[in-house]
Amino acid sequence: MKAGVVIFPGTNRERDIAIALQAVSGQRPRMVWHRDTDLSGLDLVVLPGGFSHGDYLRCGAMAAHSPVMGAIRRFAAAGGYVLGVCNGFQILTEAGLLPGALLRNASLRFLSQDCHLRVERADTVFTRHYQRSQVFRAPMAHGDGNYFADPATLDRLEGDGLVALRYASPAGDIVPEANPNGSARSIAGILSPNLRVMGLMPHPEDLVDPLMGGTDGLPLFAGMAEALAA
Amino acid sequence: MKAVVTVMLKPGVLDPQGKAIGHALQTLGFAGVGEVRAGKVIELELAEQDPAQARTVAEDMARKLLANTVIEGFHVEIA
Repeated sequence: MKAGVVIFPGTNRERDIAIALQAVSGQRPRMVWHRDTDLSGLDLVVLPGGFSHGDYLRCGAMAAHSPVMGAIRRFAAAGGYVLGVCNGFQILTEAGLLPGALLRNASLRFLSQDCHLRVERADTVFTRHYQRSQVFRAPMAHGDGNYFADPATLDRLEGDGLVALRYASPAGDIVPEANPNGSARSIAGILSPNLRVMGLMPHPEDLVDPLMGGTDGLPLFAGMAEALAA
Repeated sequence: MKAVVTVMLKPGVLDPQGKAIGHALQTLGFAGVGEVRAGKVIELELAEQDPAQARTVAEDMARKLLANTVIEGFHVEIA
């Protein structure tokens, strides 16, 4: 799997993603500066977390217009795989590669804590090493993770099976108490119609080694590495 | 020519910041405060001299960057 990790000014989770990608593929990802537009040879592009451009205007608003995003749009249109985590998810929505938007957390608080995610779809490159309805733990750290889309868009996402992950209780129940940021329909991660672009707010890359406190996030990366092994 | 772009969350989009401001106003003893909504005001100095053209340009800027029309509406004033 040849992966690229995009770095914007203010990105700060690129090393976490790189460690996870290297752990499952044995290959160091290519780090791609936001002014670069050459994604040739890559199977996967990851937009990591952080605070690109200081979150000015809106989270991800500036990054969405970076030169690299034009290349990522073409890459995605040509069937390339794109994963956006946290700020990366915000950037993908701002760029229009995924629908909806991430609003301020309903509590107004920046939330740095663990959450539990229920796998709604296990037949994608991103989730294939999980079982459907499996619950896994993931750290989250964001102030703007409250997923919003108009009801028609939410219905379309649900109807087309494009909700990848939902916030759930450890037992897998979708209840308001287990929805830390107030996301519509407890949505934590969504997919593009071709299932090749996924965005999620939590950080599975930060649970990929027992030394990190667990390996709940490892299947996500292992699944991609297996599917995209060339 | 100056353009003032006001960006507000659309009706129906939860505005926790506005809610918190409203709550704080009540705590301060201001009675009779209904719904509070918080937004952004962006002032632009434009080279454009024609007011209608300036409005068109500012609206284009709002659609492409200043507002996220998934969640926000905007209003342009030319001064």
